[in-house]
Amino acid sequence: MKTHTLSVIVENKPGVLARISGLFARRGYNIESLAVGPTERPEISRITLQVGVDRPEVLEQITKQLNKLIEVLKIVELEESAVRRELLLVKLKADPASRSQIIEIVQLFRGKTVDVHNDSLVVEATGSPEKLEALLEMLRPYGVRELVQSGLVALGRGAKSLTDRSAKVDRARPGVR
Amino acid sequence: MTDDHQLKELTGAQALVESLERVGVDVIFGIPGGAILPAYDPLGQSELLRHILVRHEQGAAHAAEGYAMATGRVGVCMATSGPGATNLVTGIADAYLDSVPIVAITGQVASTAVGTDAFQEADIRGITMPITKHSFLVTRAEDIPGAIKEAFHIAGTGRPGPVLVDITKDALVNTAPFEWPHELNLAGYKPTVTPHSKQIREAAKLIAQASRPVLYVGGGVVKAAAYEELADLVKITQIPLVTTLMARGAFPDEHELHMGMPGMHGTVSAVAALQRSDLLITLGARFDDRVTGRLDTFAPGAKVIHADIDPAEIGKNRTVDVPIVGDVKLTIGELNQVLRGAELGEYAAWRAYLTNLKTKYAVEPEPTKGDLLSPEYVIKRIGELSGDAIYAAGVGQHQMWAAHLLPFDKPGRWLNSGGAGTMGYCVPAAMGAKVGQPDAVVWGIDGDGCFQMTNQELVTCALNDIPIKIAVINNESLGMVRQWQTLFYGERYSNTDLKSYRIPDFPKLAEAMGAVGLRAETVDEVDEVIQKALEINDRPVVVEFIVHKDAMVWPMVPAGTSNDEILIAKDLAPDWEDEIL
Repeated sequence: MKTHTLSVIVENKPGVLARISGLFARRGYNIESLAVGPTERPEISRITLQVGVDRPEVLEQITKQLNKLIEVLKIVELEESAVRRELLLVKLKADPASRSQIIEIVQLFRGKTVDVHNDSLVVEATGSPEKLEALLEMLRPYGVRELVQSGLVALGRGAKSLTDRSAKVDRARPGVR
Repeated sequence: MTDDHQLKELTGAQALVESLERVGVDVIFGIPGGAILPAYDPLGQSELLRHILVRHEQGAAHAAEGYAMATGRVGVCMATSGPGATNLVTGIADAYLDSVPIVAITGQVASTAVGTDAFQEADIRGITMPITKHSFLVTRAEDIPGAIKEAFHIAGTGRPGPVLVDITKDALVNTAPFEWPHELNLAGYKPTVTPHSKQIREAAKLIAQASRPVLYVGGGVVKAAAYEELADLVKITQIPLVTTLMARGAFPDEHELHMGMPGMHGTVSAVAALQRSDLLITLGARFDDRVTGRLDTFAPGAKVIHADIDPAEIGKNRTVDVPIVGDVKLTIGELNQVLRGAELGEYAAWRAYLTNLKTKYAVEPEPTKGDLLSPEYVIKRIGELSGDAIYAAGVGQHQMWAAHLLPFDKPGRWLNSGGAGTMGYCVPAAMGAKVGQPDAVVWGIDGDGCFQMTNQELVTCALNDIPIKIAVINNESLGMVRQWQTLFYGERYSNTDLKSYRIPDFPKLAEAMGAVGLRAETVDEVDEVIQKALEINDRPVVVEFIVHKDAMVWPMVPAGTSNDEILIAKDLAPDWEDEIL
């Protein structure tokens, strides 16, 4: 199973997310992560999807089926080099003895401590899924009380923008328009 | 702005009627109810829109399909919220699987009540999301014209399909200045119509290299009305062809290169044409499992050219060597230009092999089976006596026999439920076809099981001057299911015996609904009742044919097996003559 990151540019209309999640459910595609949000243009939203596929033809089908949705404007598979970020919030057990150790680890990962109590603290961190997993690995021994993680968002590197024009990009094989 | 005259202040309901008139609608099949009621007021006063009051919303949806298939235009059905809308669902699903352009307009509870489990509330947009090409929920009067214009555009262009427009009651009641949009606001919908010339050349190259090519012709050729182009292609290349269930009539059956219908109940020659081919030239077909049989053994030696307007169909089930996205009418036309005068392969041995199979396994139905009429004979006679009729079939054995035995010499005269296999399609679809083509003879070939699902639309036909003719092929059972029980379930006939000999009494039932009821039980009566039915043009006619219940559809590829396992009768496989290839 290989994971691919798709940026799906959609019209910001009610029901779009239902169409996309419904499509994945009924055609048996595997969503690993999904994040939706506004873009620099209010009439357009951007959905970042991580999909797991076992064969390249499945990714081709996912792209083509998504493209059939009227409100989908553009689909691009992001390259390996794209900037990928998740947000992690984690509430940890922390007494005066362990607190400074935890804070030290968090600083190492360029995270932040955003809430402190006598016996707990809340840590915020952003980064690639791998970095956040490494951070969690370090923090787990102290005792995780609650954890929440966002879906992945990602942006291609360089000056090119996906949202500056709304033409559809069909990622099918060359020659297929 | 938009129009030269000043903008009229209209209710949403008036705007809906005005919009429907502007997109050229002339007929709507529907039933009113609470939420859609405001629309029915101006609708009743429209001089351009004919509303046909059906007896069940499923009938409205299938009638819209029948109208669309018979005319090539977008069919329209209308229903109220909740159960009215959910009754449309089967017809919408049917249109989705067979790519039939229809627009379904439904009333919805007021926008303030949406989401409160209000009386007759159902989230019909959510329910139909997987079975529509697109759908709208309109909550403001001013959005109605745009939604209608877009809905008709989406339904009728690209790969056709059903579009739902759900309109809340307050949107119908409130007023807004009527503004007809000149532009469509569909940035994300741009179907590719023109095929890529490089792909056409690649396809031509494969055709020239092939020695056993076959044209695998699907419903897309019918939707695109690419009949002349297809005829030219056959004339230029002399390549044999098969037409799928959805494409029957796209090319004349009697032509020597036409190998018939492929698939689970295909002819031996058509199945062999695909299985033994070295090049499938796929035109508007989608490698449905009823055509391919077990996919990994389908046409094992064939390269594939796949022309379709829907890019998602290409490569979905079968890996493709040359994909061509575009309108199949243009695609075939451009192929013809490249192939005309080009040096092509030598297909004579292949043609001889297939035409030999075609002759060898041709079946001429016997008039009777035991003491009873044979259903195949009855269907064949209807076709022979009825001239240029339009035929709508139900689903099951009678559908398969009709697909083989009716005279498919002209295009656009065959309506059936292919992808969805919807029992109950026949009567309302025939009704819709007759409304769309009032001068044509329209026959429904139905089974006793199917007929009992939607026959109430004969009342609609009787009251609205829609004189269709329905043949009920009565074998007193759910025949196709019974056939499977015979072959695969040890003749244990669990719940397939409809006991429909005289209950219901179909001619009497027909008479009760304002139609003429006839019956044939002997060979002599067959032609007589068909002639009589053909002479009646002021009322619908139902002709019951009492036929043998053990007639089976042959050939058959058992479900889930390879097409190579085709049987021409129980335990009898064709005698393959591979050596000549």
